[in-house]
Amino acid sequence: MAGTSTTGASRNGHSGDGERVRGALGADAEAEERGGGPSLPERFLRAIGGQVARRIPEANLDDRDPDYIRETLPGLWLLSSLYFRGEVRGLGNIPEKGPVLLVGNHSGGNLTVDTGVFMLAYSAYFGVERELYTLAHNLVVSFPGLGFLKRWGVVAASRENARKTLEEGNALLVYPGGDYEVHRPVWERNVVDFDGRKGWIRTALEHDVPIVPVVAIGGQETSLFLSRGETLAKLLMLDRAFRLKVLPISIAPPWGINVGDFLGHIPLPAKITVEALPPIHVREAFGDDPDLDEVYDHVTRLMQETLDALAAERRFPVIG
Amino acid sequence: MRVGASIQVSAPADAVWAFIADPARYLHFMAGITRWEVESEEPTGCGARYRMLMRVRSAEIGGLVEVVEWDAPSDMAWTSVTGIDQRGRWRLRERRFGRTDVEFRLSYGVAGSGLLGWAAERVAAPTVTANLRRTLQQLKRQVEHEQLRAAAAARREAKQRAAAGGD
Repeated sequence: MAGTSTTGASRNGHSGDGERVRGALGADAEAEERGGGPSLPERFLRAIGGQVARRIPEANLDDRDPDYIRETLPGLWLLSSLYFRGEVRGLGNIPEKGPVLLVGNHSGGNLTVDTGVFMLAYSAYFGVERELYTLAHNLVVSFPGLGFLKRWGVVAASRENARKTLEEGNALLVYPGGDYEVHRPVWERNVVDFDGRKGWIRTALEHDVPIVPVVAIGGQETSLFLSRGETLAKLLMLDRAFRLKVLPISIAPPWGINVGDFLGHIPLPAKITVEALPPIHVREAFGDDPDLDEVYDHVTRLMQETLDALAAERRFPVIG
Repeated sequence: MRVGASIQVSAPADAVWAFIADPARYLHFMAGITRWEVESEEPTGCGARYRMLMRVRSAEIGGLVEVVEWDAPSDMAWTSVTGIDQRGRWRLRERRFGRTDVEFRLSYGVAGSGLLGWAAERVAAPTVTANLRRTLQQLKRQVEHEQLRAAAAARREAKQRAAAGGD
């Protein structure tokens, strides 16, 4: 499963592809207001970024194909069972019916294998009839060769797609940490880090849906992640042109030193364990006008405690 | 892929049938089963529907099944409505001296899943077969224990009657 991540959040009311690509539920669309006019190279890069964004086709919820999911489950089951020794707990905590926002921690670089393990277990448990959508950066959905992700219900991260998904009574999986969390260095592998993004809480409140935290461990052991490469991304002005705030550096087969991870890598066979926690009804727990910081702290604390417990079960890296 | 297991239980077929016909008992004797819930108005008989899941390595697999054959106390068969394709059968045959041969058959797969589906069925087979065997062993123990308790209760009652008669 490749790089499913939600980045950014559109709070400034702009519309269009560029905005859509920035994503829906993160929150860093706290899009910095930059002072002064851009330089010539910067304008050039922004123009290229805009062109790329405009060429990306809009994601469609109808792209999800339950028959395709069902037919590919055995292959994914083989990969999950034999290579990653996947284990998913607590699926009974996810409501059987109705809209629900599944909030996960994100690991594994551009190959987020824990998402695959979870989607397999979810589809087997509830059946393909209980629709699950996953928000991802539109570049991921549109990347050549990754069209199959759309058929699995991976859609571009946008407020509109989140709204449609939840209004139709489906489950929606989001990764608030997005590209920031997924490329964290390996020594931070057991840390939940949403980078302060709170768009997902606003989405849950807006649609009045329960939040089910989904905690995964093992994904950040699938290669040796060294750095997010934020400085490098800034130096190359990738953040301004493509909204890419990271240019991750890792050691991963078959490349050795892997910068950017644009072509993916062969993940190490780390044991993946995922646990879904009991649902949180935000207004029931925090009142009619919940404080976002309080909700954020509560959910991330619960997730961190679960991740710590899962980490305590592991005796060796990768092996589990 | 079809797998199966059989065992002989020291009890008449009716006693075994009382177990397999009761959905409330399934979680107690079915190995690997994480869910067995009645989804129809009628909990038993032809047309009864159950939502069942069996843990097979990294996923809980199953779906909604419907009983399509109910011939007490010898045959019960079900087929899948949603989830993976499956067909299961309990086959009870009473032998001499109050014993019953119990056979549990299960065929499963995902139509259209191609070569990977074929491989997955075979990789899953040892786990599923082991679950069927353990299921039958647990069923045998529970049925025979129930028989033993019934016999003990009958002996107690006879003793009490004899004691009351002696007085």
